[in-house]
Amino acid sequence: MSETSTTTTEGATVQPQLREVPAVRMEAVYKHYGDFTALNEVDLKVAKGEKIVVCGPSGSGKSTLIRCINHIEKHDEGLIYVNGVELDHQRKNIDAVRRDTGMVFQSFNLFPHMTVLENCTLAPMTANGMSEAEARDLAMHFLTKVRIPDQAEKFPGQLSGGQQQRVAIARALCMRPKIMLFDEPTSALDPEMVKEVLETMKKLAEEGMTMLCVTHEMGFAREVADRIVFMNEGKVVEQAAPEEFFKHPKSERARTFLDQIIH
Amino acid sequence: MSHFSPTAAVSYFFNYFLMKGVLVTIGLTVAAVIGGLILGMGIALLRMSSNPVLAGAARFYIWFFRGTPLLIQLVVIYSGLPQLGIKFSVITCALVGLILNEAAYLAEIVRSGFMAVSAGQREAAWALSLSPWVTFRRVTLPQAFRLMIPPLGNSINSLLKATSLASVISVEELMRRSDMLMQEHFQILEVYAAATAYYLILTSVWDAVQRRLEKHFGRSSVTKSRKVATRAPVAQASVEARA
Repeated sequence: MSETSTTTTEGATVQPQLREVPAVRMEAVYKHYGDFTALNEVDLKVAKGEKIVVCGPSGSGKSTLIRCINHIEKHDEGLIYVNGVELDHQRKNIDAVRRDTGMVFQSFNLFPHMTVLENCTLAPMTANGMSEAEARDLAMHFLTKVRIPDQAEKFPGQLSGGQQQRVAIARALCMRPKIMLFDEPTSALDPEMVKEVLETMKKLAEEGMTMLCVTHEMGFAREVADRIVFMNEGKVVEQAAPEEFFKHPKSERARTFLDQIIH
Repeated sequence: MSHFSPTAAVSYFFNYFLMKGVLVTIGLTVAAVIGGLILGMGIALLRMSSNPVLAGAARFYIWFFRGTPLLIQLVVIYSGLPQLGIKFSVITCALVGLILNEAAYLAEIVRSGFMAVSAGQREAAWALSLSPWVTFRRVTLPQAFRLMIPPLGNSINSLLKATSLASVISVEELMRRSDMLMQEHFQILEVYAAATAYYLILTSVWDAVQRRLEKHFGRSSVTKSRKVATRAPVAQASVEARA
């Protein structure tokens, strides 16, 4: 990752001809909600293909961090680049970034009035101008991948939580994102459904997808993550490879957090 | 006349003159619903806008038209505006008044429907790069509409009856024509019994339509438990069929 890349791009939105443009780069990002500082001078760099698990106590800014990456939340200060595109609140840049990113939410956020298939084909057809047949094939491809092609004609309310979340993953993948953002994807699930969702995510990781995942699933973090980002009070307190982080957390806050979460 | 004549009431019910009044009542209601929905939708969008001037204007509109009686609004439009040189036909006056008034109520219903659609739905649409129009048309509107049907049904029921106020500005709808028949024949109870029957029929028909709409739009969002519940009678029916 060349640090020089930043200086050569004065004013330009897209950094040209750089093979090592990071998937995500955040510099001194702040986000405030009234008096509350959700993100406090966050710096983060994610390389292409890297798998990041973001963890930390509740209210530490994890969700805000990844929600700022596709501009679901607007950051107040600092710079965010996604695949070289600066998120500067300009419509065209926001659109470009959202096309590169897929997001999976804690509460699934499937469209309840559409079938599983319609959930998956809506964006490819309306935002990418695909024909219905093409979109359908694409959707079935990804629904097969998350192992629920047989539920395509059902409505989300007829599926289990685990199935709904797998549909949500398939729906996001139908837009062929380069980066996947997961905001506590298993936190709303019954325990017996957590595994099927994590397995799907693991498969995605094995295929080389760039992933940022907010999760409390430390087993998943250990197995899949290249790096753990630990946050507290809006700051990135420490970043390390999972082995390192779990065995030798540097900060006191991370130690107490791990004590509480790993019983 | 010291008794109630059912045969007279029945004959008023089938009175051609009164029936034409019923058609005017239906016409006024349908036109006011359509006009009110279009205007109300616009006002709701303004009310939800982040621009404080637009939102304030919408708020003022709703405050004004919900805060004054429809009767005054109709009379002002019909008798008051000509003083300023603004003159409409009787039926236009009635429609303008009903639409302006209904829009204020419908705007609030539309707004509450949209506000009840969870923020997560919009976020998911953004994350999927859906355009604002597609997000509105395909994601938020259908869900908001489903939530709007019950209050919308109430409002339309009220509107149907409120059209009778147009009789005051001499629109010959059901109420006005009942008055005219009554003044001609002095069979007060008989005439109003027929009119009452028509209003009940119209509101009942609307009730049935509303129930169908609720069923139609509720269909796609069945929850798992409700689905099981709706399946059970089917299973039972097939058992019966076999027996």
